[in-house]
Amino acid sequence: MSDLVNPGNEVNPANENDDEIEVEEPEAVPVATAPAQDRQTVRKEQRRQLLRDPSFIIGFSIVLLWILCAVFPGLLTTRSPDVGVTLADGTFLARSSPGADAWFGTDGIGRDVFSRVIYGARSVLTTAPVAAALAVAAGAFLGLLMGYFRGWVDEVISRISEAFLSLPVVLLAIMVLVVFGSSNLVIILTVAGLFTPVVARTVRSAVLAEAQLDYVTSAKLRGEPSWFVMSREILPNITNILVVEFTVRVAYAIFTIATLAFLGFTGDALRADWGNDIANTYTLIQAGQWWPTIFPSLAIAALVIGVNLIADSLDKALKS
Amino acid sequence: MARLIARRLLLSIFTLFILLIAVFALTRVFPSDIARQLAGPFAPQERVDRLNDELGLLDPLPEQFWRLLKDVFTFGSGDSFSQPGVSVRELIGPALWNSAKLVGLSMLIFLPLSIVGGILAARRKDSRLDRGIVSFGLASASIPDFVSGVLLQFFIGVQLGWLPATSSSVPDDAGFFTSLRFILLPALAIVLVYFGYIARITRAGAIGVFEADYTRTAYMKGLKPIEVIRKHVLRNALQPTVAVTGTQMGYLFGGLVGLETVFNYPGLGGLIFKAAKAPDLPLLQAGVLTVAVIFMLATLAADLLIAWMNPRARTATEA
Amino acid sequence: MTLLESESPIDRGDPNTAALAVQDLRLVYLVRGKPREVLRGVTFQVRPGEAFGLVGESGCGKSTTAYAALRYMPDNGRITGGRVLVNGADVTKMSNNELRKFRATQASMVYQDPVQAMNPSLKIGEQVAECFTILGHGKNESEDRALQALTRVHIAAPASVMDRYPHQLSGGMLQRVVIAMGLAKDPKLLVLDEPTTGLDATVEAEVLDLVRELRDQTNAAVLLIAHNLGVIRTMCDRVGVMYAGKMVEEATSDELFEQPKHPYTIGLMHAIPRHGLRKTDRALSTIPGNMPSIGTELPTCVYVDRCPIATETCRTEVPPLVALNDGRWTRCHHSDDVDAIVEPDAVAEEHEISDERIIELNGVSKTFRQAGHDVPALVSVDLGFAEGETLGLVGESGSGKSTLAKTMLGVHGPDTPGTITLDGKPMKSMATERRDEAIRAIQMVFQNPDSALNRSWTVRKILHRTVTRLTTISGEEAHNRVSEIAEAMRLSEHHLDMRPRQLSGGLKQRVAIARAFAGDPRVVVCDEPTSALDVSVQAAILNLLASLQRDERTSYLFITHDIGVVRYLADRIAVMYVGRIMEKGLTEDVFNGPVHPYTEALLSAVPAVDGVAHDRIPLEGDIPSPADPPPGCVFHTRCKYHIPGTCDTEVPPTVTVSHRHEITCHLPIDQLPTPVTISV
Repeated sequence: MSDLVNPGNEVNPANENDDEIEVEEPEAVPVATAPAQDRQTVRKEQRRQLLRDPSFIIGFSIVLLWILCAVFPGLLTTRSPDVGVTLADGTFLARSSPGADAWFGTDGIGRDVFSRVIYGARSVLTTAPVAAALAVAAGAFLGLLMGYFRGWVDEVISRISEAFLSLPVVLLAIMVLVVFGSSNLVIILTVAGLFTPVVARTVRSAVLAEAQLDYVTSAKLRGEPSWFVMSREILPNITNILVVEFTVRVAYAIFTIATLAFLGFTGDALRADWGNDIANTYTLIQAGQWWPTIFPSLAIAALVIGVNLIADSLDKALKS
Repeated sequence: MARLIARRLLLSIFTLFILLIAVFALTRVFPSDIARQLAGPFAPQERVDRLNDELGLLDPLPEQFWRLLKDVFTFGSGDSFSQPGVSVRELIGPALWNSAKLVGLSMLIFLPLSIVGGILAARRKDSRLDRGIVSFGLASASIPDFVSGVLLQFFIGVQLGWLPATSSSVPDDAGFFTSLRFILLPALAIVLVYFGYIARITRAGAIGVFEADYTRTAYMKGLKPIEVIRKHVLRNALQPTVAVTGTQMGYLFGGLVGLETVFNYPGLGGLIFKAAKAPDLPLLQAGVLTVAVIFMLATLAADLLIAWMNPRARTATEA
Repeated sequence: MTLLESESPIDRGDPNTAALAVQDLRLVYLVRGKPREVLRGVTFQVRPGEAFGLVGESGCGKSTTAYAALRYMPDNGRITGGRVLVNGADVTKMSNNELRKFRATQASMVYQDPVQAMNPSLKIGEQVAECFTILGHGKNESEDRALQALTRVHIAAPASVMDRYPHQLSGGMLQRVVIAMGLAKDPKLLVLDEPTTGLDATVEAEVLDLVRELRDQTNAAVLLIAHNLGVIRTMCDRVGVMYAGKMVEEATSDELFEQPKHPYTIGLMHAIPRHGLRKTDRALSTIPGNMPSIGTELPTCVYVDRCPIATETCRTEVPPLVALNDGRWTRCHHSDDVDAIVEPDAVAEEHEISDERIIELNGVSKTFRQAGHDVPALVSVDLGFAEGETLGLVGESGSGKSTLAKTMLGVHGPDTPGTITLDGKPMKSMATERRDEAIRAIQMVFQNPDSALNRSWTVRKILHRTVTRLTTISGEEAHNRVSEIAEAMRLSEHHLDMRPRQLSGGLKQRVAIARAFAGDPRVVVCDEPTSALDVSVQAAILNLLASLQRDERTSYLFITHDIGVVRYLADRIAVMYVGRIMEKGLTEDVFNGPVHPYTEALLSAVPAVDGVAHDRIPLEGDIPSPADPPPGCVFHTRCKYHIPGTCDTEVPPTVTVSHRHEITCHLPIDQLPTPVTISV
C-alpha cells in the first residue's frame, strides 16, 4: 500500500500543514509537538479550568470536610454522639445552649450536638453515593438499550418509567419502605431504583444523538455487533454525561435520604443522623431550643450545596 | 389538536393503570399484617381477625383488585381503613384544597421571580448579576424543603416573629389576609427550592434564544432590546420553563411530606404519608392516584401551552 | 514607496458618496481580556448599484468585515481603528439609538441559513410587517406593505405565505422572505452573508437572479460574502481577496478570475477545477500550510509562509500596495513575477476502464414508511461499477442520492425484488448480515468527518480496529499495516496518537479516507467528502482520492452538488431526480450533450467560475415530494419540453444515446437539448 503515494502530485507533507489543532485559545500549546500527551492535554486543560473555578473549590472543600467527618470523626470530636455529656465537675449537660462547654449545645438527653453533626455525616455519605452509583449504572444500561435499539424496547421501558416518574420519589419511597422495612440496604436499593428512570431518560437522549452520528454508521458498515457499538463506540462518548449525572444524583440522593430519615425511615433510629435528629427536635424550636435542629439542618444544606457546586462546575468544565 | 389531547389522555390512563397495579402489588401481594398494624400490637387476636374480615383483606386477590377499581371509578366513595365510616373522598378533598392553596401561592411568587431572574441572567451572561442569580439559585434549590422550612421557621417565625411559625393554628374567623399569613412561611420555603431551579432552566433556554440567528435578525431590523425580548425571545425561551413547571406539579402536590410535617400543614403529601404508615390502603391508593392524575393533567396542560407557543410542536403532534 | 493603510492605491471616488466605504478597519476579539486581531486594516469602497464580493478561506475575516458594516459583532468584539462610512455616515461613531435607526432605514442583511434566521414561532406576515412598524407605519399599513414586499420577491400566493410559519416553507422560499425583509426599507446597502449556501443549485440560481433584479431596481450597493467562487463570479462587479484579516488584492471580477495577480489569489484559482479540467489531465494545485490563526503575530507579508515565490525581502519589508491598470491593485513585492507560479505537471499514465462490473444494482427500490404513507425514495435503479472508475452522482437534495448510497452499503434494506450483486453473486441486503468479503468490498467516506470519526478514539485505534475487523491481519502485523496506511494518506506517526478534535478538517478527512481504504475495498462511496472544506484543502483531498484510485483501481460512487468537482473526478455521471436515474453516461458525453432536459437545467443553474452561463434554463416550481410523485415522467411538471398527453401519462423509456449513455425521456434523440456554454 505504500506505493499508493504519487509524490509528484501531492503536496510535500512537511509543508502541508494540516497539523494545526483546533483550540479555542490561540495561546494554547501547539499539540503537534507532544503527541503522546494530547489526551492528557485536553484533560489537563479541563482540570486547570476546574481548579480555577471558585465554585468547584468551595464545593470540593465542603464535601471533603464532610468526608473527613464521616471517615475520621474522632479527629474532630472526642465526645461520643450517643451518650449524654457529663462535665469534669460532674454536671450533666442537658438542653444546654451553644457555649464553651458544648459548641453546638446539647440535646434533650444531654448528647453533644456537635458530635452528632460530625458523626451524622457517616450514614448519609455511605448510603447516598452507593444509591447514586447503582442508579447511574442501571440507568446507563437501560438508556443505552433504549437509545440504540429504539422501537418496542424503548417504548416498553419508557411507558413503565413514565408511570414511576409521575409520582414524587419521596412518596414512592415511603410506600416501598413501609412494606419492606427501612434497613440501609432497602433504602439504598429503593433510592437507586427510583432514580434509575431519570438517569435512563437522560442517557437515552444522549445515546439517540450519538446514534445519529456517522461513526455509528461506519461501525455498522464494518459489521460490528450491537454490543460493541454500544459499549465501545458510544459509551466512551457519554462518560462525561454519566459523571455529571452521578454527581447530580448524589446530591438528590442526600436530599431524598435525609427527607426519609426526617420522616422516620432510617437504618438505625438511634444512630446520629441529621434528618432523624431534625425530626426528633424540630418541635422544640418554638420553645426556644433551636440548636439541636438548626445545626443538622445547616449540615444537610452545606453538604448538598457542596455536591451541587461540584456537579455544576464539572458540567461546565466537561462541556468546554 | 383534539387528536393530540385524546392520544395523551389514553396514554395517561394506561400509565395510571400500570401505577395502580404497582401499588396494589406492593401493598397486597407482599405479606404484611395490615390488620395487626391497624389494631395495634396489644389488641386481642380475635379483634385482628374480625378487622381482617371486615376490611376484606382475606378475600381472593382478584376480588380485592376489583374493589380497588370500583373505588377508583366512584372517585373514592369507599371507606378509609383508619377512620371507619369516613369516605376516602371526604379525606382527600380538603387536603387537596389545602395543597392547592399552598402551591398556588408559592407559584405566584416563584414563577415571575425566576422568569425575570433567568432572563436577566441570560441577557447579561457571565456578569456579576448572572453569577449571583445562578449561585443563589443553586444553593437555595439544593436544600431539602423540610430543611429550608425549619430554617425559615426559626429565623422568620421565631427569631424575627414576622410570620406565624406553624400553619395549623389559623383562627376560625380569619380573613383572607390572615389565613394568607399562616401559609406564607411554607410557601416561602417552596419558593426557595424552586426559584433557583426554574431560574436556571429559564436562563438556559434564554441563552440559546439570545444566541439564535433569528434574534440577530431582530436586532438587525433595528428593534429596541426590550422589543426583541418581548416579541422574539420570551416566546421561544420560556418553553422549557413551561415544560419543567408542568412536571413539578406532582412533587408540589404530593412530595412536600417533610415540609407539611414541619409546619403541621394538612396537605395531600402528609395525608398520603399517614395513610402509608397506618396502613390505610384505600386512602393510600386514592392519594397516590390523585397525585398521578394531577401530574398528568399538569404535563398535558404544559404541552398544550408549548404547542400554542411553538407552531413546530403543534404541527409535529398533529401529523 | 509605501502607502498608508487607510489610503487606497486606486481612486474610487469620494468616500462620502460611496454606499459603503470601509477605511483601515481594525477589529479585535477579546479573549480572556486579551485583544486578538481579526481585522488588521481593511480598506475598500462599494459604489451605489455596485456588487462587491469578498473572498478568502475560512478565518480570513470576510464575514467579520461584512457584519462590521452594520456594526454587528460578538460581545467580545471591539473596533479599534478605522471608519465604516455608509452614505457618508460613520457607523462606528453612532450612538445606540442612531445605530438602531440606521439599521432600520439604511442597511440590511441577508443571512446564511434562512431557516435559522426566521423566528420559528411567529408568522411570516408578522415578521415582515415588523420591518414596517419600525418605520412608524400602523398595523394595517404595515401588513399591506409586507404583502407588497413578498410580491416583489416573486413569492406566489403571498397572502397565504403571510399566514404561515417558517417551518412550513422551503429554504429557498424563506431566503426570499429574508430578502423581502431586507429590502423593505429600500436600503442603500444590502449585505449578503453566504446567502445561497445550503440551497440547491437550481434554487440558488433563482435567489441570485432575484438579488440581481432587485439591485437593478433599487440601485442599492451589494456586499456579498460567499465561499463558492462561482457565485462571486456571476454576481459581483468587483472582488476583494482577504487573507488573515487583510485585503491582498482587489480587481474587477473578470480580471480577478482570469488574471489573478496576488500569489494567494492565484493559489485559490488553481485549486478549483476550472475550464473543464479532468483528473486525467493533471492534479489540482494546493496551497501548502494554513492561514495564521486569529491574533497571531504576522510576518511582514501575511502570505509569506505559503507563497511559492516568496523571497527574503518578503520577510523583511512590508509589501507595497501596487496599483495596476484600471483601478486594480495587489499587495505584493513580486507582482511582476507571478507567472513563475506553475500548475502541477500533466498526469502521465492513464487506465482503460473495462465494461466489466464489480458491483451491480438491478432494479433496486427503497420505500420508506412515514406516518402511514409509503414514500418511494428510490425507484428501480440500475447501476454498475467497473474497476477503477468514478461514478459521479448528481441531483437536487431529496433526489435519493444518499438513499441510493446507503442502500448499496447495506444501511437500508432495499425492497424486493431488486438485487445488488458483487462479482455476479447476490449480496445480503443489510451490512450486518453480509459476508466479510462483501463488507470489505464497499466502504464509505462521509461528508462530515467530525461526525464520522469517533471522537474518543485515537486515529490509531480507529484504523487498527478497521484493519483487524475487515482483514485477517492481526497482532504486530496489523500495527505495521496501520502505519503503512497512514503513510499512504500522508498522515505522520504522531497524528496516529491524536484524537479527531486535535486535527484540522483536512486531516480528519484524510483519516476518514484511510479508514475507508484500510480493508482494501473494491468500491468506496464518497458522500460530499469535500463540501465542508476550503478550496485548497479540497484540492488536496481530491488529489489524494484520484491518486489512490490510480494505484488501487478502486471504484468511487461520488455524490456531490459541485458540478466542477464531478467533472474533474468522474468518469461517468448519473443524474437523479425524485428517486429515479434520469440519465447516465460518460462525463464528456454528458457535458457535450445531448442530455436529459433535467440535466440541461441542472448544469445551467450552477454559477460558473469560468464566466456567465448563457440562456440559463430556469427550473420553476418545487421538486415534487417522493411521497406523491407526478404521473408519467416525474420531471414533466418542470420540463420546458414537456409533451402534453405523453409525458404526463406514460413512464418514459430509457434510450441509449451513445455507448453507455442512457437517457430516460420521451423526446426523440435529435430533439434532446445540449448543455449551455459558458463564456467570459
